[in-house]
Amino acid sequence: MAWFKKVRIRKEDKRVKIPEGLWVKCGNCKEIVYRKEVLRNLQVCPKCNYHFRISARERLRLLVDQNTFQELDADLVSSDPLRFRDSLPYLDRLKKSRESSGLSDAVLTGEAKIKGIGVIIGILDFSFMGGSMGSVVGEKVTRAAETAIARRYPLVIVSASGGARMQEGMFSLMQMAKTSAAVGRLKQEGIPYISILSDPTFGGVSASFAMLGDIIIAEPRSLIGFAGPRVIEQTIKQQLPDDFQRAEFLLEHGLIDMVVDRKHLKETVARILRLLLTEPYRE
Amino acid sequence: MKYYLDFEKPLQEIDLRIEELRRLSNGKNSALDTELSSLQSRAEKLLQEIFSNITPWQRTLVARHPDRPYTLDYIGMLTDDFVELHGDRHFGDDRAVVGGFGSIDGRTFFIIGHQKGRGTRERIERNFGQPHPEGYRKALRLMKMAEQFRKPVLTFIDTPGAYPGIGAEERGQSEAIARNLMEMSLLRTPIISVVIGEGGSGGALGLSVSDRLYMLENAIYSVISPEGCAAILWKKDGEVGQDEYTRAAEALKLTARDLLGLGIIDGMIPEPPGGAHRAPEETAENMKREILKAVDELSGLPPERLVESRYQKLRRIGALSSQGESP
Ligand SMILES: [Zn+2]
Repeated sequence: MAWFKKVRIRKEDKRVKIPEGLWVKCGNCKEIVYRKEVLRNLQVCPKCNYHFRISARERLRLLVDQNTFQELDADLVSSDPLRFRDSLPYLDRLKKSRESSGLSDAVLTGEAKIKGIGVIIGILDFSFMGGSMGSVVGEKVTRAAETAIARRYPLVIVSASGGARMQEGMFSLMQMAKTSAAVGRLKQEGIPYISILSDPTFGGVSASFAMLGDIIIAEPRSLIGFAGPRVIEQTIKQQLPDDFQRAEFLLEHGLIDMVVDRKHLKETVARILRLLLTEPYRE
Repeated sequence: MKYYLDFEKPLQEIDLRIEELRRLSNGKNSALDTELSSLQSRAEKLLQEIFSNITPWQRTLVARHPDRPYTLDYIGMLTDDFVELHGDRHFGDDRAVVGGFGSIDGRTFFIIGHQKGRGTRERIERNFGQPHPEGYRKALRLMKMAEQFRKPVLTFIDTPGAYPGIGAEERGQSEAIARNLMEMSLLRTPIISVVIGEGGSGGALGLSVSDRLYMLENAIYSVISPEGCAAILWKKDGEVGQDEYTRAAEALKLTARDLLGLGIIDGMIPEPPGGAHRAPEETAENMKREILKAVDELSGLPPERLVESRYQKLRRIGALSSQGESP
């Protein structure tokens, strides 16, 4: 028997989520680290600075001022337009995800303050069906952008997603166009949009609102790209180098503005907004 | 040499005999001509039979048929004169996307589309119709030019998807597609898109944000290929094949008829029985009628209203309800 408690966790989370128990194994350096220390360290490995995946609610705690968050559109749910079923009907799959995450779908949106600055914020949650974008994510992100325009507040979105949600077919794909159009309106209004990319951000989310930030920030070593590394490996029949599609790789190729440690994220966003916001936007 | 899909095979023999008779008769032998016309009507009946019952997966194969007309074929059939332009002015010229301007019925359009190749060499040159970022950036450059010169944009969609490769990622495939989605939503000139073959996910969407989105009757448009969907859903249970592709294609609702019913597209352009590859000219004619009708309707709108109605059109797409109401 292992000397640290083994727990059953869902397959997709196994690599990175912090399991229960006193000790955890880091997904990157494989060191066994004291769980409390990881939690104290904002869920970053104290040995190697590996950033564990975190839920939307945890992210919210790290990013916005206490007791300032007012959720928007919490009641929106998918109506299963394709009557899709695989081993489970899509509606059942949604229900399970809703129960385990406490979210109505893969994004949490609302109004909040970051170091006193009013923002509209959206946070995707990878544990909800891989953070995939269907009608609900698309609609909530679009509404967030529209609310930002109406309130003259900057928009901050934290992405974590495998891409479009297959179970909603073309409805999902079209959310890419819808959210990008909404971001387009935001830009025309001169309202700042900060896009924060966390591990992982791919496909329909990266190829829409996530890569359209005026300022794009990524967490260290996050995997970010259009096609997933396995698809690319199968296509080109080569193994990919370890740094491929990491945040640092994107920075080097001019695709993002900065790589920022989780512990500096809130302050960085606040600094950017303080410098960009002139009279009409100041809270 | 024509290519026959499995379910088209019954046609092959009749086609051969028709060709043979045509050669022999040459319009001078009335006995043979009678035989010929009876064979032709048999072929037509057979076509109707086969094509009235094809599954979404079979339609996917028709959409990818190697003899199916591609963007440059339609440009050739639709325009009197066409000037092709090249390059994104940053990195290179993506041969998987073609674009330029040309005249349809006396009207100048900017025309852009995915281009697949015919034959092994051209297929490789065209990267099987899978664009790199520079393809999307070339397309955007031409669309901005169309706006500058106040000309409508016509796009043809026919791609398995944007290319998943190292260079594509290094040069920002996601950003290139995302930017097109945003810029196309703001473009102050009409955009008409026609899915002529394969509408492969984000790589297809990157050229198809539009005021009017049409599909040819045998075209498909999907968030993921049936093969990709089947692999995700059923690979763990063993190898996936035709049966699983058939189920996946069915579930994804990727045909023109399905997507018209779901309100995703604005119209379906009919193809003659047997598909566009058996009657390219007729298909192009059907397409031309819709394009000219659409551009007539859209040209009357001032740019602000055009852009606003394009936004509202995208804005409406979603299948939602509020919790508490039963979905
Ligand atoms: Zn570590």
